[in-house]
Amino acid sequence: MFRPIAEAKASDGTRVAPVGFTFDGRAMTARAGDTVAAALLANGVQACRQTPVSGAPRGPYCMMGVCFECLVVIDGIGNRQGCLVPLRDGMRIQTQAGRRQPDEVQS
Amino acid sequence: MKTIAEIGLLAEQYDIAIVGAGPAGLSAAARAAELGLSVLLADENPAPGGQIYRAITTTPVTDRSVLGEDYWKGGALIARLERTDAVYAPGCTVWSVAPDEAGGFELGLSLGGQARLVAARQIILATGAQERPFPIPGWTLPGVMTAGAAQIVLKSSGLVPGGRTVIAGCGPLLYLLAGQLAAAGANIVAVLDTTPRRNWLAAIAAFPDFLRSPYLAKGLKLMTQARGKLPFRTGVTSLAAEGTDTVTGVKVTRGGATETIACDALLLHQGVIPGINLSNAAGCAQAFDAVQRCWTPTVDDWFASSIPGIAIAGDGAGIGGAESAALRGEIAALDAARRLGRLSEAERDEKAAPTRAGLARSLRGRRFLDLLYRPAEAFLAPPADETIVCRCEEVTAGQIRDTASRLGVTGPNQMKAFLRCGMGPCQGRLCGPTVVELIAQVHGVSPAETGYYRLRPPVKPITLGELAALPPTEFAVKAVVR
Repeated sequence: MFRPIAEAKASDGTRVAPVGFTFDGRAMTARAGDTVAAALLANGVQACRQTPVSGAPRGPYCMMGVCFECLVVIDGIGNRQGCLVPLRDGMRIQTQAGRRQPDEVQS
Repeated sequence: MKTIAEIGLLAEQYDIAIVGAGPAGLSAAARAAELGLSVLLADENPAPGGQIYRAITTTPVTDRSVLGEDYWKGGALIARLERTDAVYAPGCTVWSVAPDEAGGFELGLSLGGQARLVAARQIILATGAQERPFPIPGWTLPGVMTAGAAQIVLKSSGLVPGGRTVIAGCGPLLYLLAGQLAAAGANIVAVLDTTPRRNWLAAIAAFPDFLRSPYLAKGLKLMTQARGKLPFRTGVTSLAAEGTDTVTGVKVTRGGATETIACDALLLHQGVIPGINLSNAAGCAQAFDAVQRCWTPTVDDWFASSIPGIAIAGDGAGIGGAESAALRGEIAALDAARRLGRLSEAERDEKAAPTRAGLARSLRGRRFLDLLYRPAEAFLAPPADETIVCRCEEVTAGQIRDTASRLGVTGPNQMKAFLRCGMGPCQGRLCGPTVVELIAQVHGVSPAETGYYRLRPPVKPITLGELAALPPTEFAVKAVVR
């Protein structure tokens, strides 16, 4: 669980409107300029994928593109590194369950 | 500076392509562009700065004291680049660097879901560092992150861990990160220091140099501030993260006694090591650095790698810190300009002289830190069998030890064939160093003798669709059509 630092919160009103997105169908908002992984952390999402081997839950680990633990499905496309993708208004983000499925793109 | 958001807008060829927009890449790009060369600076992050100056142009953290004065120095690097004609491509992944038919190089790039090949006559890899893997039981639980990850989230999004936070490991950065997080309001309930006490014996010989180093004043300030305010526990010999779906605590052994500290976030840090995947896959020679305990590309005084035309600047060629990385980027750019005929050897040497002096100054005292904060054996090669080493393929330390001893596996490539470690999307970034240490330990040989994974492009996963959509080159067509 992450929370905004005091000063970021105080100046929120003067900054751009928050960005709206969904995670597994739940409506959430985050700061414009956040990456997808940071936006999930800010909304209390600790786990964003289940591993293909054992199905264990995993969440962002390195936040710099090295570990691939923050893989999510974004707008129907799987295996995206959440920490490298800037959040955009209306993004549909889903838990990546196991391996990327070829039919995700159609869903 | 011209920022490119669409891969189709890139030119066919550049004089120099630089990979990574941290201090080394930013300075190299600025210097090369100032010399009139056409420059492409490709970086996979959404904004420039690398990790050390992460989000320097966009950070919501406005109180300068939270991140410290050193962070804000990054702004000048970007301002300098902005005054040049360099092309900057953010969100652009470089997945391949290979020689082309014209004596230059062909880069495989991916931007916005589209791949493309672009030519460059000279290459400077400035891919920086990553935190050393720190495998302990339970380190794959959500809520366990690297300390650097928490720092990235703080810099780029102004977020701190919300609950009880424990930070564990060793190295000067550990104190910096703990101090920054505390200044930002995080509730740090323990700083667990794993620095082996006997490291002082090895480090003391390098102490005189450290006394004259720029690290001394900075380091002492950090230490006294952090120790005064934060709950430090030194002499930690064993750690294990506990919890079922997320981390709920950390089991700590020190002085033979074990206790569990409840926490909502566990941040691990055990120093940084060069990110070698791209340089290794490009074929640049590398060697095991026994002091820094990591693999490092072999470079000369101009940061030229074993492959003519590819230089490696910054922490990707050996850990030296942000200031030295920027200086190394300059030097690499000057030599690239010489190779391109833009500067004579004498002009290159003259321009590089003041930078070299600064570089020597910035690296003084480094050896002391490397020796003092060398990780303990138990954290380099985890003793608990259940510890996951390869996070992608969920391969444990016990499986690797067992396979090394029973099947006589002597190197990481053979281990990969048996256990799939290093075959997941991270391509060994999070398991490579540990797999090597474990195999070396089982056979009683050095990591240098054990070797490292043989890495191949693409160094970051790219979809088959992207690859298939690449226009075929004349060479590729000839290769299949007789």
